[in-house]
Amino acid sequence: MRRTRIGAARRLLAAICFAVTSLMTVPAFATTKIQHLVTPGGIEAWFVQDATVPLVAMEYAFAGGAAQDPADKPGVGYMVASLLDEGAADLDSKTFRERLDRHAIELSFSIERDRFRGSLRMLKEHSGEAFDLLHLALTSPRFDADDVERIRSQIISELRRNSTNPNALAGRNFLKLAFDDHPYGRPSHGTLESIPPITTDDLRIYVRHVLARDGLKIAVVGDIEPAALAKLLDQTFGGLPAKGDLTPVADVVATKPPQRTFVPLDVPQTVVMFGGPGVKRHDPDFMAAYIDNHILGGGSLSSRLYREVREKRGLAYSVSQSLLWMDHSALFAGTTGTRADRAGESIDAINNVIQRFAEDGPTQKELDEAKSYLKGSQMLELDTSSKLATGLLQYQTDNLPIDYIEKRNSIVEAVTLDQAKAVAKRLWGHGLLTVVVGRAQAATQPAAAQPGATARPGAAQPAPHPAAH
Amino acid sequence: MTALPRLTARVSTALALCLAFLFAFGASQAQTVTAQPPATFTLPNGLAVVIIPDHRTPVVTQMIWYKVGSADETPGKSGLAHFLEHLMFKGTAKHPAGEFSQTVLRVGGEENAFTYFDYTGYYQRVPRDQLATMMAFEADRMTGLVLKDENVLPERDVVLEEYNMRVANNPDARLTEQIMAALYLNHPYGRPVIGWRHEIEKLTRKDALAFYKRFYAPNNATLVIAGDVDAQKIRPEIEKTFGQVPPQPAIPPVRIRPQEPLPVASRTVTLADPRVEQPMLRRYYLVPAATTAATGESPALDVLARLMGEGSNAYLYRALVVDKPLAVNTNASYQGTMVDPTQFTIAVAPKPGVSFAAVEQAIDGVIAHLAANPVPAEDLERVKTQLIAQAVYAQDSQTTLARWYGAGMTVGLSVDEIRTWPDRIRAVTAAQVREAAQRWLVKTRSVTGYLIKDTTPAHEEKRS
Repeated sequence: MRRTRIGAARRLLAAICFAVTSLMTVPAFATTKIQHLVTPGGIEAWFVQDATVPLVAMEYAFAGGAAQDPADKPGVGYMVASLLDEGAADLDSKTFRERLDRHAIELSFSIERDRFRGSLRMLKEHSGEAFDLLHLALTSPRFDADDVERIRSQIISELRRNSTNPNALAGRNFLKLAFDDHPYGRPSHGTLESIPPITTDDLRIYVRHVLARDGLKIAVVGDIEPAALAKLLDQTFGGLPAKGDLTPVADVVATKPPQRTFVPLDVPQTVVMFGGPGVKRHDPDFMAAYIDNHILGGGSLSSRLYREVREKRGLAYSVSQSLLWMDHSALFAGTTGTRADRAGESIDAINNVIQRFAEDGPTQKELDEAKSYLKGSQMLELDTSSKLATGLLQYQTDNLPIDYIEKRNSIVEAVTLDQAKAVAKRLWGHGLLTVVVGRAQAATQPAAAQPGATARPGAAQPAPHPAAH
Repeated sequence: MTALPRLTARVSTALALCLAFLFAFGASQAQTVTAQPPATFTLPNGLAVVIIPDHRTPVVTQMIWYKVGSADETPGKSGLAHFLEHLMFKGTAKHPAGEFSQTVLRVGGEENAFTYFDYTGYYQRVPRDQLATMMAFEADRMTGLVLKDENVLPERDVVLEEYNMRVANNPDARLTEQIMAALYLNHPYGRPVIGWRHEIEKLTRKDALAFYKRFYAPNNATLVIAGDVDAQKIRPEIEKTFGQVPPQPAIPPVRIRPQEPLPVASRTVTLADPRVEQPMLRRYYLVPAATTAATGESPALDVLARLMGEGSNAYLYRALVVDKPLAVNTNASYQGTMVDPTQFTIAVAPKPGVSFAAVEQAIDGVIAHLAANPVPAEDLERVKTQLIAQAVYAQDSQTTLARWYGAGMTVGLSVDEIRTWPDRIRAVTAAQVREAAQRWLVKTRSVTGYLIKDTTPAHEEKRS
């Protein structure tokens, strides 16, 4: 976690912390080789054995995540994620980090809304050491006072920086607008008020509730024998409690649009986040919505939003939209940055493009091309061990079958134009939830604006800012 | 571990962002661990070709690197290399605007481009059976670009929005611009890659076309193909496409730019902005690049940077964050993959209430210690192991390998130098690290930048 704390700029590229990963598709080399490994100790993992590169990559997740933070203490899970690599059992922080460094082991933790994530990568000859250190981190974290205070000060520093970062403010306010007091509306990195009073007990309680075998999903890719891996998985995860103790999270539908929040901040470029209720992963309309989103605002250089807002009008460098699906809700959400004196024009342009799409839906040609893209991109999305492991984990947390990869293209193919049009109306036909962060100018504050929201310092997930040329 | 957004403001695309971090490890990232060295050859028209096989997935990456970046711009036209990069997506006589991009999309592919001080690059990742089509498009775009005011002018607005996003909205990026401008008294690295705003605003279609004609040619480019290909089999296809583009004999084989005088004065710059909630101290030293350093010096700087600034066992982190409560975070890095003398950078985020003077005293203490004492053997070993492991981790990604080779060759390193970088890291001695600290981390070679909160009362600004 520490490694990103100063690097705010890079996180512009990070998504909003839900599962915004695109539909996971697996390269051909993996399709015939995904093993469903069940260890003697009963730990399950999806595994691809590949010896091309002498390394092993593992991605895993515990059900839980930021939604399990106590209501008055957002940021507990994030703080745990930031501290689990700061020493365990009889190894203090310095010794623990030295053992990682000496073997070039990459071990990290992160937090999503619904999941506590971990990632482990090592050269194959150091797999024993790597899994051993992970086992200690998960089962006997130290939370020494010095380390807790050091990490706390880093998180506070990050939150203070984000308190004047337009992207962070837009993301935080967007979630607040969409989910209000629901756990999804709380800042997953905490706030300047919530982080200081968090105690070591809070951290330990979180660990006890979330780090358990029943909510655990694992994906491994790399140069290791299945039997050896099974043994390491048992040693690493077998000692965790069989059952976690999660607070139930209520299903929630995002706030009904249109709604607008204005956050004043004196910056040359106004940041706009827009969105609305989406579709959940197992909704029958999911794939049609996914294809529609690709046409309307997906990360490509020729979506409708990209063409209208960037190419034709030169209003923004990046404009894009994603589907975000969670265990208990779903959103579509987009973002752009545009010069202050043309912010109103940009917002109008976005609204018009989306409204037209809702009314008419995609054309047959757009639908065909989007399908062609999604089918072809299957091989490209997961061409490294780490990306493949991340993808295999996503399939599991999405509750998809292990043979989904083979079925996926036919699911894409089956979406009809009528269906795509109906879903366009369903999702994009109700106006937008909009958050505008920037200078107070008449153009950005139409009559519908709610000037109530203030730029209260606090954490937020940075808004997605996809790459463009 | 506390990767700071070094130079990110200068970098023009997301890919280049990644590059900046990759190169934090230093010069000519390479690995000798692959079974065979990449195939290389040069076409009669001067195009250098590198082919890196990776047969795990039926995917291929085509990357073309032009030996032209912001440091090759004419003074007064800053931002032109990057502006042209954007305009390269506006179509050719043969393929109207959008056709190339739509072809990439239709097959599920991915494309982008990036600009930096010494290079401009374009890439596509596609299913392997599309490689020949991509070659035809990219070769056509090398000389066939057609620009019209109707798409040049909106694109200039797009670039200005990119500037707003990366620089204007980001006080730390603005500080970095000022540090670089102060560090380079004579060399064009002092200009931001994205350009100075007042100059970007005035760039024209004519400027872009003239720049394009001057620098885009096969003898000024390196083509990297990484992925599921057979070097023998694709060579004819390369000859049929790129091989048909005539060379530009007027382009000099070596780039000669105004060089820095011997630095004699330590400098400071201060940037104040009302939005600064976390002050920052950044110190940049002028140091040799992999291409300009004496033997062994550049890898020693790689080791020194990691020793000082990567991870929680790094010397700066231990001295300023763990042992004394001076800072929240620290970082050091060295970027060796450059044509001309480059920067060794240190960044520190002080704790509230801690003065910059106290932070600097601690930094200077770490450097003085390194300059006076040999690095303990176990620390040296740990850092070398980590650096060398990067070469193995890089093999996992065909695009990462393509970037290592592309960037390295574009700044003038040979394939062999790139490949054997881990050997040179392995050979670094404690004495060399000490010498590097003694010789290069000298105050007079540096600019120190302070990012502070502007607390003067808000004044009425005239904004157009």
